[in-house]
Amino acid sequence: MENTEHMAEGPDGAPMLACPVCDTLHAEPEVPIDHVALCRRCGHTLAAPRENAMIRILALAVTSSILMIAAVLFPFIDLSAGGLENHTSVLDAVLAFSTGLMIPLSVAVALLIVLIPLARLLAIIYTLWPLARGDRPYPMARDAFRLAERLRPWSMAEIFVVGVAVALVKVAGLASLSLGPAFWAFVALVLVTVLQDNTMCRYTIWKSLDRATA
Amino acid sequence: MSVHHMEITGPGDSLITARQAGLLACDRCGRVHDAAALACARCGARLERRDGRSLQQVWAWLLAGIVVYIPANIYPMLRTSTLLDQSESTIVGGAIDLFHHGAYGVALIVFVASIVIPIGKFIAIGYLALSLRRAGFLSAHSRHRLYEVVEFIGRWSMIDVFVVAILSALVQLGSVATINPGIAAVSFALSVAFTMLAAQSFDPKLIWDAGREPS
Ligand SMILES: [Zn+2]
Ligand SMILES: [Zn+2]
Repeated sequence: MENTEHMAEGPDGAPMLACPVCDTLHAEPEVPIDHVALCRRCGHTLAAPRENAMIRILALAVTSSILMIAAVLFPFIDLSAGGLENHTSVLDAVLAFSTGLMIPLSVAVALLIVLIPLARLLAIIYTLWPLARGDRPYPMARDAFRLAERLRPWSMAEIFVVGVAVALVKVAGLASLSLGPAFWAFVALVLVTVLQDNTMCRYTIWKSLDRATA
Repeated sequence: MSVHHMEITGPGDSLITARQAGLLACDRCGRVHDAAALACARCGARLERRDGRSLQQVWAWLLAGIVVYIPANIYPMLRTSTLLDQSESTIVGGAIDLFHHGAYGVALIVFVASIVIPIGKFIAIGYLALSLRRAGFLSAHSRHRLYEVVEFIGRWSMIDVFVVAILSALVQLGSVATINPGIAAVSFALSVAFTMLAAQSFDPKLIWDAGREPS
């Protein structure tokens, strides 16, 4: 990846940054902690570094991974009506579509609520672990972080949690319900994910990767 | 935590785009390259040349999304059987049922997520793609805002698919009550995925490019 001959520089040899949204050129900013650099034309946030961001994101990503594993393993929701009981895990929700034509949908649900969020977390941990310790990045750290960025819109754990809430309202009249630890693990996961996405400044991470490999 | 806004200055005083300077910028990380570069030297992403191919992809995904949205509304989303009867409900039917049971909030969530957002998204993406040709009545700023809303909100339509998955897993009580997914769940999930791909193929830089062409 040491293909630097195609990189373009500004008139004074300073590196340049183009707004990813409107393409306007800027001199690469040195943004102080807790400052926000905005695009001069469209107002898109170019950089928003935070104090100790690497360690905080890393801690949040590790927490999320543990919560995700707990959410899959522990009982999710128990339902009973007319003397019959049904224990549901997240795995059962995934397997709900596992007959005939529905199998692809089953795979898709597994990907969207468990596998993609988990892959994204692992890629972020892989990228940031050495950076937070001040070491050189691991091999292919750039590819890992690019993957994490690409997976972002497809990581739908938070949408799943709202879906669970809607489903619970639908069956509330039909049967009695009890929520298991996995449900609360999923709720906590959503909160931690929101916190993590708000702390993460991708520009800062790319710059750190540049600095650490320079 | 105090956050200060800080505007950064570009080379010279006027605002020019990487394209106008004969350069090519990375969509993902913003690194600027000369026009011959194929992949980003910083993050390795493929560099997009705004040559209209991306717009063809937008139209293709959008059309696919609209086509599979039709069976999603015709066929049943859920098949419920209880001791007394068997019923099938479509997307709209499910929302109406919830409304009749007095669950107005949830009925509204389902209605917005599975009807208002998908149709709004088809219109918004179509409008954004068309507005590149003719000067629209919205400024580049507003169209950019519209694009951001579409990107942010589109994925939430998938909620209905998850509701069906959870209901089908939960309500398996033998002869008392069972809920099974209908074929509409598959076409609805595909429709959401295709429109997400349409929005992702749309390069927001095109909005700003068009605003800059001398007319
Ligand atoms: Zn901009
Ligand atoms: Zn890049």
